[in-house]
Amino acid sequence: MSTSPAGRGIIIEGMRKRYGEGDTAVDALKDVNMVVQPGEVVGLIGPSGSGKTTLLKCLGAVIEPSAGRMTLGNNTIFDNGWMIKDLRALRRDNIGFVFQAPYLIPFLDVTDNVALLPMLAGLSNNESRQRAVELLGALDVAHRAKAMPSELSGGEQQRVAIARALVNKPPVILADEPTAPLDSERAMSVVRILNQMAQQYQTAIIVVTHDEKIIPTFKRIYHIRDGSTHEEAGEGRAFD
Amino acid sequence: MISLAGRDVLHAWGKFVFTGVGLGLLIGVTLTMAGVYRGMVDDAKVLLNNSGADLWVVQKDTLGPYAEPSSLYDDVYRSILGMPGVARAANVTYLTMQVRQHNRDVRAMVVGIVPDGPGVPGYLMAGRQISRSHYEAVADIATGFKLGQVIRIRRNNYTVVGLTRRMVSSGGDPMVFIPLKDAQEAQFLKDNDAIISQRNRTSANPAFNQPGAPDLLNAVIDSQSSNPYVNAVLVQIKPGYSAEQVAEPVRRWKRLQVYTREQMEEILVAKLIATSSKQIGMFLVILAIVSAAIVAFIIYTLTMGKIREIAVLKLIGTRNRTIASMIMQQAVGLGLIGFIVGKISATIWAPMFPKYVLLEPGDALRGFIAVVIICILASVLAIRAALKVDPAEAIGG
Repeated sequence: MSTSPAGRGIIIEGMRKRYGEGDTAVDALKDVNMVVQPGEVVGLIGPSGSGKTTLLKCLGAVIEPSAGRMTLGNNTIFDNGWMIKDLRALRRDNIGFVFQAPYLIPFLDVTDNVALLPMLAGLSNNESRQRAVELLGALDVAHRAKAMPSELSGGEQQRVAIARALVNKPPVILADEPTAPLDSERAMSVVRILNQMAQQYQTAIIVVTHDEKIIPTFKRIYHIRDGSTHEEAGEGRAFD
Repeated sequence: MISLAGRDVLHAWGKFVFTGVGLGLLIGVTLTMAGVYRGMVDDAKVLLNNSGADLWVVQKDTLGPYAEPSSLYDDVYRSILGMPGVARAANVTYLTMQVRQHNRDVRAMVVGIVPDGPGVPGYLMAGRQISRSHYEAVADIATGFKLGQVIRIRRNNYTVVGLTRRMVSSGGDPMVFIPLKDAQEAQFLKDNDAIISQRNRTSANPAFNQPGAPDLLNAVIDSQSSNPYVNAVLVQIKPGYSAEQVAEPVRRWKRLQVYTREQMEEILVAKLIATSSKQIGMFLVILAIVSAAIVAFIIYTLTMGKIREIAVLKLIGTRNRTIASMIMQQAVGLGLIGFIVGKISATIWAPMFPKYVLLEPGDALRGFIAVVIICILASVLAIRAALKVDPAEAIGG
């Protein structure tokens, strides 16, 4: 099976994750169901210990769910077991990550931080850098292309991290509290960018957040509590 | 694909360079230790080459004259000259002692030679060979003596008439060549008080001081105050003869020990400096282990400082071999910096050593290969740690 699903979007059905066995077993995820369409940005909110991080790790193919089904585009990648052997390649080609802290590689400049992923996927250096520069331009940080991460502001670093997540044109991006360290203005800017990029690249984006400022911007929100999700409509407030 | 290791090194070049310099000084010491050993071996070979001899005739059952004391009558060389295949033969004495020049002492090997015979220094840097029978000397420049200077050996003064170089004993002491008769005297000459005391003792001995034999006492006293011995006879063989061909009859008929050049080299290298070479070998092993430990510790520390970055790299799909290669390249890079610094350091400080330090390109190459292997092995610990990093650490929770 190819690691590049032909379609877009992500569908999660009946996902469960159990840690441990017997009396000590803990069900971190009990019944997770989500559908995120291409070009859509959804919020995933819930209290501490509700299973957000576990869900993110399962969606990111970092840990293996205990049961359930996950479809990326037209390809089922998990059906009570991974359908793809090379999870590293799956992550590289199909899943973008944006973290609370940007976690840029400190010894690579901005361009190479973004270009690293296509290089890892086998693209030539020139082609990878060209793709990185285009994305940096779209995210309005092209002027910092040669800067080192330590020379960037927090907002600029987060935009570079978004560029890195998008550069391999993955069908889904997982954003783990991407606005947490930012002030309101920069936080809204990041959410605006995520929405623009979702539209532009037809990527499904799941944003895990506690940030009250940005929650009203989601059109759809998944609440997770005690390992189970339920969907509700968001305000979908327009950006200022 | 960009070089992650190279970028990381460039990003924190100061840390790498300073660590590399520290490691380099250690590697420099290691190369120098190897150079000290090579210098000892080379000194031994130079000693043999400079003697100009094909055979060394020494006292029976000894490894003389360099490894053990050897004593032969000084007329033995005449009978050796008559043996088949012998072109030239000459007596030689060796005595390691302090040679005085004004207020300073120089430890030197005083060599008694027959002018124009085997054993004469092959070439001079300045001055001339010894041409008089007494009180002239040719000195190695490592003694610090200069032409025309007067040096004192035992009770006699000698004028330095020639300077030579790389004429050293197997222990690395520079040589001072003087006429054979003077050297024989220097080996056995006592001070005046000791001579008077010895004469009195001999006179008091009724076995030597007999009324019926008035010349006996003088003959005994003369024999006690002269030295008819030399340490070895250096022999050059005629063309067309092999060393063993000439040596065998001397062993058989003269009942003396004869060594060929190969045998003498074996004695010097395998026996005389064997303990020193083992000592140096131990140092080299310890230094290699210390170097490996330092590289391992540094690379491990640097890797542990990048755990989060490694987790992110793994999360975004970087292969384990890319991460392992990054760490290994950094370790080898550190080794390269260390080797370059070490080689330069050793080259700079080697001439400052009192004994000859020979830095052979072959040793440098072997050292380089050892450094690379040590660095690769030293990086294993850090690579193991890096490969254990869970990509989930990047997500947190």
